[in-house]
Parts: sequence; structure tokens; C-alpha cells
Amino acid sequence: MKTFIGIDLGSTTTKAVVMDERQRVLGHGITNSRSNYDTAAAIAKQEALISSRFFLFRKRLEEEGALQSGLPPFLAQLERDFRLEQYLEQLADLEQVCARNVATAKFGDAAAGVSSALCRLFQLLKSEAAALFAPGAKRKSDFFRDVAGAQYLALGEPVAKDAGVRYDQLLNVFDRSIIEVENRVYGESTSRHLLAALERTYQALPETLAHREKISSPIRSVLDTPLDETYVIGTGYGRARLPFSKEHVRSEILCHGLGAHVMYPGTATVLDIGGQDTKAIQVDPHGIVESFQMNDRCAAGCGRYLGYIADEMNMGLHELGPLAMKATKTVRINSTCTVFAGAELRDRLSLGEKREDIMAGLHRAIILRAMSILARSGGIRNEFTFTGGVAKNEAAVKALTDLVRENYGEMTLNINPDSIYTGALGAATFAWRAVEEEGKSAEHREKEKVAA
Amino acid sequence: MSPAPVKEKKPVIKDDSMWLQKELISRNYHELAAAHTQGKKISATFVPGNLNELLMCFDFVRRLPETDALQSGLRKKSGKMIMDAERDGHSEDVCTYVKTDLGMMLQGETGPTGEPMPRPDVLLLSYTGCFTFMKWFELVRQKYDCETVMLHVPYQGDGRISPAMRDYVVKQLREKVIPTLERVSGVKFDIDRLRQYLKESQKAEEDLVQVLQSAKRRPSPIDGYFGAVYYIGPIFTAFRGDPEATRYYQLLRKEIEERIQAGKGPVTPEGDHPGEKYRLVVEGPPNWTSFRDFWKMFYDEGAVVVASTYSKVGGVYDFGFRHDASRPLESLAEYCLGCYTNLNFPQRIDMICRYLDEYQADGLLINSIKSCNSFSAGQLLILREVEKRTGKPAAFIESDLVDPRYFSAANIKNRLESYFQMIKQKRMAAAA
Repeated sequence: MKTFIGIDLGSTTTKAVVMDERQRVLGHGITNSRSNYDTAAAIAKQEALISSRFFLFRKRLEEEGALQSGLPPFLAQLERDFRLEQYLEQLADLEQVCARNVATAKFGDAAAGVSSALCRLFQLLKSEAAALFAPGAKRKSDFFRDVAGAQYLALGEPVAKDAGVRYDQLLNVFDRSIIEVENRVYGESTSRHLLAALERTYQALPETLAHREKISSPIRSVLDTPLDETYVIGTGYGRARLPFSKEHVRSEILCHGLGAHVMYPGTATVLDIGGQDTKAIQVDPHGIVESFQMNDRCAAGCGRYLGYIADEMNMGLHELGPLAMKATKTVRINSTCTVFAGAELRDRLSLGEKREDIMAGLHRAIILRAMSILARSGGIRNEFTFTGGVAKNEAAVKALTDLVRENYGEMTLNINPDSIYTGALGAATFAWRAVEEEGKSAEHREKEKVAA
Repeated sequence: MSPAPVKEKKPVIKDDSMWLQKELISRNYHELAAAHTQGKKISATFVPGNLNELLMCFDFVRRLPETDALQSGLRKKSGKMIMDAERDGHSEDVCTYVKTDLGMMLQGETGPTGEPMPRPDVLLLSYTGCFTFMKWFELVRQKYDCETVMLHVPYQGDGRISPAMRDYVVKQLREKVIPTLERVSGVKFDIDRLRQYLKESQKAEEDLVQVLQSAKRRPSPIDGYFGAVYYIGPIFTAFRGDPEATRYYQLLRKEIEERIQAGKGPVTPEGDHPGEKYRLVVEGPPNWTSFRDFWKMFYDEGAVVVASTYSKVGGVYDFGFRHDASRPLESLAEYCLGCYTNLNFPQRIDMICRYLDEYQADGLLINSIKSCNSFSAGQLLILREVEKRTGKPAAFIESDLVDPRYFSAANIKNRLESYFQMIKQKRMAAAA
């Protein structure tokens, strides 16, 4: 079947969206940008295609009526099992690379000890793997580097102790190996993993075995349907690094504008706060950008600022918002400059202000900066759509809601749970339009017009 | 991280007029370097509203500190000069032309071409619009203790030049400026000599206007911003009134006429423009430290600037003003009063709207200068008003004149590409 793919190469994460001929979103994929945009683009796209397969499974199985109310848990189990299969393959790969790297690591006499400790460690990693993907298991991140890294760190320490080798030597081997493994694309394995996962799922949910044929055959038929990459459009910070021609690249400002319009057709103003950009975009009723403003070369007040603050506070990025929500007052923070804010943060702490109140102030400071960029772009008009990674932060949303009400009155504020995919959605829509609406005549038509 | 791509050094394509200009400029720096040993006096003055023909009447070798700063910027020497000036106590917010000039002095008074840059004998402060000029020459005077003569040019607050304003400038020329220049130079003022220079100016001005207005054609044979900064070089600086400059403009006009005949677009450092896709009007000076990279971001995407306000900072000629030998001092006064920098806000907006219409441009781009407090203020208001009046899309980028720290290539490229795609999208929507 025809698919239209949008890829958004952000500074922090790379996102992909797959769309079908009816402009229906089939799947999303996300991965860390790992300062290797080519791989990040390939992996995000592959993830989105996998998520598209799951979407198509669900549709087909719904049509078959095989599992009725048992379908959602079945698919959830299948997805977890699929992730487990993926994880196990990457883990096996990591083990091989680690073994190779021990040989070249110049550990001298310690090498043999490190090798056997690694053997033991990978046995443990494999035996713990299933628990990571069990129902209800919480993972801080879905990226292999983070999941495997956290496990390796936690299990490695006692293993090193027992084996009498230095823990830092084990860590050294991991650091030298993870980049190679993380930059590998396992595109060929998808079908194999899915079929293996299916077997695991039948075992996990024995009651579904009775419908085995009714389930397996539509899944196979979906797997046998090739997903053609009819047209791909790339956007985002790293778009110049995409192996695409200019025709296949769009500015992220246009993509965010269009993506927001597709999500909420009433959108007039878009605010996007990403890793290192804050963009204010005005769109017309067709999603065409009318004007925009963005931060200059300084990334003050963007997502990175929150990352830095989280590090300063020894917290996870996702814990900042919830902490700020506990505030009973808002401490005034004057600076959105990342460096100055760090100093201001310590200054407030030393004055005895509470962490949550300072956090509320920091979130307000970011949003104040965004308000200024919005004002420069022409202000906020109804409806107002907030996108980007920071839109997931409840404290940022609260600060924005308050400031919009204070400055512009009541407005419809749209925030989509999938807002991180806005740029990729816009890009996929451009890909769809390029083929379905414009064919290859888009460039041609413009040339004619200029000549006339 | 992958290593930075190795830059291939390509030969720069230059027309005959460009070689001539290069020769003029380097000759001027030679003359400056040798002036004092040859017993000549040096004047320093600013570009907007400069009285070059008058200074020529007193045999001054002429220095323009702004162009010295931009020449240092083009040669990537300004960064160090600016940091030296900051270390000497000048704030980060101070105009970077000023800091480049001060840094140049601190570094031992070597000009952009590597030749000595001797102290001026007189500072002619005929500032228009920009108050920083006054402070700049205060600093230079403090350093060199040289004679300073001030010509106060009233701002066009009401959007017009009244006879009283003109008479006020003429009176200062007669009573203050000319006597001082006579005293410093030891040369007696000869109004017929001035008339002769003004005749030369007028010829050059006529040719320049023809060149700049050729951009009304499709495709435009010139770039009215990146190309125009070369075209305005001689006439806005030490050469207006000099027959050599007149010859330059004759040659330039001929070259442009040939381009028109051949149906060619503008010349770029990499040869002919790849083809006009977007026609823009630009407000604000270019960035000098990354001038070539900045320009490339336009022609790579098929953008041509058809008109710019920056190419009018040293004189607005396209609405009819010419120096007039029959009214020498009066026309000098009107010239100073009419510079782009001396126009009020509504006049600037009118001018931009007129350009958008007459040059059939797709939209307005503003390059806002971080360290220019005088002219960056209010640019967003200009942008909104122009959008409102013309219905054409506008965009805003930020950089600096000569501070390399304020040029973020990825950020500017991102905004420019977005803007071009926005124009394209609007065009497609309008055609559909």
C-alpha cells in the first residue's frame, strides 16, 4: 500500500509519522537523535512503520472480530513481546561488540576477568529482560541506550565485585560499544521479531490459542503487504543532513504550522517549544504560514533550559513539571539565560525558598519568553495550539494558560498528547499533498507562474 | 561528530567595474597611509550625508570610519578589534562599527588593508539620524585631540524638508564648516571647484539610479542588496565628485545593460545567478563578517533582492534628488537632509511599500542589527505595517554589522528557508 512519511529531525529526538492515502495517520516513531541524524532518521522511520503495522493489525483483527474485548490486551501484549524480541536482539549484538572491545581495550592481565564478568553480566541482562517488558513495568525511556544502560549499570556493580574486576572497566566497555549498537538499523528483522513475539503472546495469553488461526492469518497478511514509501518529506533542525533532495525537505516552521492545522483545523496561532527553538507561528485557515518569529541563536528558555535545570537539581526532566505543580507561590526568576538561571536557582535556594516554588518561577520565566516571541509574531489569536516537547510539561502549560488569559483573554488552547509529532505530521501531510494534490507538477506549476 | 567539510577555495567572479572599484579603494588606503609624509591633510566623516565634494575642495585625503570598519569586517579582522575595545571598557551593547574603529586604534592604527591608518586632522561630524556618530567622534577627538566641526542636520520629523531646514544647514556650511576646513587645510574655498565636482556627482548619480532601477525587470539583472553594496561603494564614500567615480558608473551601467541584453540575472561570487524564484525587498544593512555565506543563502534558494533601503543610506536618488551645480550649497544641504537615515518612520514605511509595488516584490525581509540602537528600534512595527498595507509576507532575521559572534548561520538559514517556502506556499495557494 502507498504510505506518506514525514520525518522531523529535532536536536533532541527524531520523530516520524506514516500516513495512508486517506490521510489517516497509521503510525508514529521516535528515537533519540544521538548526533547521528542519518541513523536517527532511519530508526524513527522504521519505528513509525512498525507502529503502522500494529495499527493495521488492530484494524484487520477488528474486522475479523476474532477477539472482541480481548483485542486491546492481546495487542498490548504483542507489542510488549515485540519490544522484548527487539531488545534481546540488540542485547545479543551488544554482547558481541563488548566482547570484541575487551580484546582491544588494553586491560592487560585483567582482560580475562573482564571477559568472564561480561559473560555473567549478559546472562543476567537476558534473564531480566522479560521483566522489563512485563505488563505494568515502568521504563524511564524506551530508547535502547537508556534501557540497557540503566540495567547494565545496576547489575554490573555486583557482578564486578563478585568477579573481582574493576567496575569502571565494565563501564568503559559499555561506553565504547553502545554507540556502534545504537547506530545499527535492524530493518530486516521486523517480521521475524513479530512472528516470534506472536508465539510469546499465545503463551502469555493461552486463552487466545483457541483463535490462533483467526488471529495469525490476518497478521500474516498485514505483514505480507509491503508498505511502500511513496513520498518522504524531512524537516527539523537536522534536515540538511537528510539524504534527500531539496524537493523532499521542508522548513520545520511550515511543518509545525501545517501539523497543528491538521490536528486542530481551527488553529490560528501555534507555539512550539522544542529542545533549542521556540517558534511562534501564525497560520491561515488552510494551515499556510502567514508569519513567524523564533528565538535567535541563544536557546534561552527552550527545552534545553529545563534539561539543564533538572541536572542542577539532580532530578529527571519529567519530574520538574510535577514538582512545580506543588508550588504554593511563584518565585520570581528574572533570567531565561540557562547559565544565569543556574546561578539564580542556587541563589533562591540559599535564601530558603522552596524547590517547588522556584520551579514554578522557572516555568513561568520560560513561558514569559515565549509570550514575548508570540507578541513579536503578531500576538495570540483563537484557536491557539501549543506543541513541542515542552507542551508535555504540565507546569509549563499552566503558566501558559494563566499568561494567555491575563494578556489575551479567554482562548481555546489546544494541546495534543501526540504534540511532539506535530512537525512530522506536517511533513507527512506535505508528502501526501505532493503526490495526491500536486503530483510532480508543483514545481512545474510555479515555474509557469513566474514566467507569466 | 563528523569533521567540518573542507572548504574549497573557488575563484571569485568579478566584472570589470568591480576591479576598478577595488583599485579605487586600495588607492584610497595608499593615499591615506602616505598622506602625512606627503604633507597632505586627512579628514574623517560619516557616510550618511557626507560632504565629499566639499572636502575635495580643500585637498583632504578622505577617511570614512564606517567603511574602514566594514572593510575590516569583510576581511574578518573586526572580531579581535571589537574584543579589544570591550576590554578597554566599551559595553557589549555599543555599536560594533565604533568598537571596530576603537579596536583598530588600540591595535596600533593599522587599516583594513594592512597599511598604516594615520590620525585625522579634522573630524567633520555631519551626522544624520544616528546619535551614536556624535559619541563616536567624541571618543576619536579625545584620543587624537583633533579639530572637530559639527554640522547639525535636522531630522525629518514632519516627513518633509522645509526651506528653513535647508537654510539652517546652508548657514552652518557658510559660517562654520567652510571656514574651519579652510583653516585646517590652508586651502581657500573655491565655489567653482565645488560646482565642477557636483557636475561629476550628478552624472554618476544618474547612472547609479539607472542601475538600481534595472531591478524592476524580470528577471532582475542585478541584486539590489548584495550587488548594490558594491555599486554604492564609490558614490557613498570618498569618491563622489571624482571623475574616476563617474567613469566607474558609466562602466557599471554599460555592464548592466549588457546583462539585460543577454537576459541574464545578477552576478554572484559563483557566477551567474541560478535563476530568479523570489523577489525581495530588504531593510537593514547586511552582515559583513559572513557576507559571502549570507549572500549564498539567498542565491542558492533562487532569491534576488530587487530593492533595499540600505543602498540609500548614503543618499536617496531614486525619487529625483540630484546634486545641482547651479545651487551648490543648497543642494549639499538637501542631500544631507534627504538621506535614508534622516527619514522618519512613516517615510521609511512608505518607501518600502513603494518598492514592494514598483519592483513587483514577493515580500519584505528585515535584517535587524543587534548593536544598532538607532535603526533596529521600531523595525517590527515597520514589518507589521508593511504587511498590513501590502498584504505581502514579511520576515525578520537578526545579525550584526561586524561582530562575528552575532551571526548564527544555522538560525538565519532556517528563517530564510522558511520564509522562501512560505512565499512559495502562498503563491501555490493563490494559483490553486
